[in-house]
Amino acid sequence: MAERRSGGPGAWLARHGETAVAALGRLAAQPLSTLLTVLVIAITLALPAGLHLGVKNAARLSGGWESAVDFSVYLDMGTAEDDARRLAGIIESRADVERVEFISAAEALADFKAGSGFGDALDALDDNPLPHTLVVRPAVAGNDALIELLREELANLPETDVVQLDTAWVQRFNAALDLIRRVILITALLLGAAVIIVIGNTIRLDIQNRRDEIVVTKLIGASAGFIRRPFLYSGLWYGVGGGLLALALVAVSLWLTSEAVARLAGLYGSGLQLSGLDWRESLTVLGTGAFLGWFGSWFAAARHMRRIEPR
Amino acid sequence: MIHLENITKRYAGHDALQRLTLDVDAGEMVFVTGHSGAGKSTLLKLIALIERPTRGRIVVNNQDLAKVGRRRIPRYRRDIGMVFQDHKLLFDRNVFENVALPLVITGTGKREIGRRVRAALDQVGLLRREKQMPETLSSGEQQRVGIARAIVGRPTLLIADEPTGNLDPELSLETMRLFERFNDVGVTLMIASHDLHLIGGMGHRRIVLDNGMLAGETGDEEPDGPAWLRETRSDG
Repeated sequence: MAERRSGGPGAWLARHGETAVAALGRLAAQPLSTLLTVLVIAITLALPAGLHLGVKNAARLSGGWESAVDFSVYLDMGTAEDDARRLAGIIESRADVERVEFISAAEALADFKAGSGFGDALDALDDNPLPHTLVVRPAVAGNDALIELLREELANLPETDVVQLDTAWVQRFNAALDLIRRVILITALLLGAAVIIVIGNTIRLDIQNRRDEIVVTKLIGASAGFIRRPFLYSGLWYGVGGGLLALALVAVSLWLTSEAVARLAGLYGSGLQLSGLDWRESLTVLGTGAFLGWFGSWFAAARHMRRIEPR
Repeated sequence: MIHLENITKRYAGHDALQRLTLDVDAGEMVFVTGHSGAGKSTLLKLIALIERPTRGRIVVNNQDLAKVGRRRIPRYRRDIGMVFQDHKLLFDRNVFENVALPLVITGTGKREIGRRVRAALDQVGLLRREKQMPETLSSGEQQRVGIARAIVGRPTLLIADEPTGNLDPELSLETMRLFERFNDVGVTLMIASHDLHLIGGMGHRRIVLDNGMLAGETGDEEPDGPAWLRETRSDG
């Protein structure tokens, strides 16, 4: 007999829509157990999302530093202050330089006296042992080749004694962030597996509870896909619900920590403000939840539905 | 319509059916009878592809069941109406939704579903109960919902396993008359029943099973069946 399928993608969509709504209704009929499942999923999703946010903000901070990688150009001891100031002006006019800060030898000494605690000892010196210094901020942050070129040209200036570019600590910091990112990735993978297991187990119980219904629909001639569909939608809803709640958890955590971070940043004289998940990251959390929910229920359905046959 | 050839079905050591050969023509209405454990249910299960024979060949509606693979079972079952002793209704859905299920499975359009479900409910006399939940219905009414569900897909073959097992004599007769009406419009029916008193008077072919073997066939010339059958009548 021909399949009495009323055709068109519209009808297909309508059928799926009905199943999706029915699945949602079934979950809503048991609010407490649904909420618990969704909460577990939300926590497992929120954890890596929150960690990611932490790293993202830390990286943003170090990104600020990276762009602030300055050259310290120590001029020859014999350079006159006027010449040094003129040189600063020349360098500042370069396209690849954002700005130049001139620190005269006298200022440097005063700073050092104030900051080092050797004030009195330094007074004993006849001459200022410090050179004039130009702190050059490149306008080409991030482009290592151009920065290297700039460094070379600065080093070749006749007045230059030494050019120092200390990025080692930034690199170390970024390497540490990379390591943390990797740890988060592994954590996220493990927690993703946990979500699949949680949803799979929930769906397994659901399948067992609706065993009679499955048997009856099988007897009437329902295909495996038809029987599986409501469970897949249940899983999908669990995942989407978990994803939404995870976003809420992250937002609340952000709000709870923002004040402390602002205070800390204030102490360091930085205006750092925590940034939340952007729409792309939020969609990723939601999509991951949806996919894991769907996959977990598909996995459970494939495993357990097969065993339920009419006797 | 149904052709069984040397069918043996063995369950853990004992043979539920032994070398059973029989034919049912299209448009026929046959009863399968015999004491409990004689193999009636097994026979219906083989036809519904709930079980597979240990040996032998079954052809239903020109389909060799050995060639109907696991994935094609759903499609195969859609062409067969099934009625069960325990009705097998879904108790979280109303009468309309229960009857509509076979059509929902095949993706029938909404309007068509409404039309055909009401036609089926009309045939079993439950047209005005469509909004009710199954548990608010009597056992006889539940059975009729089950029958409406079995015929809503317009099957050419309807099989029923003890459809009157839970009904009083009057309702049982009513149910059988309902089956006869389907038969009148060309549906082939195979009904398993041990209620010899009921089916004896109806004048249809009876296939008698005994210990998984064909013990005889009776037609309307012997309303009470052969002598040996009368002795087993009190069996459950």
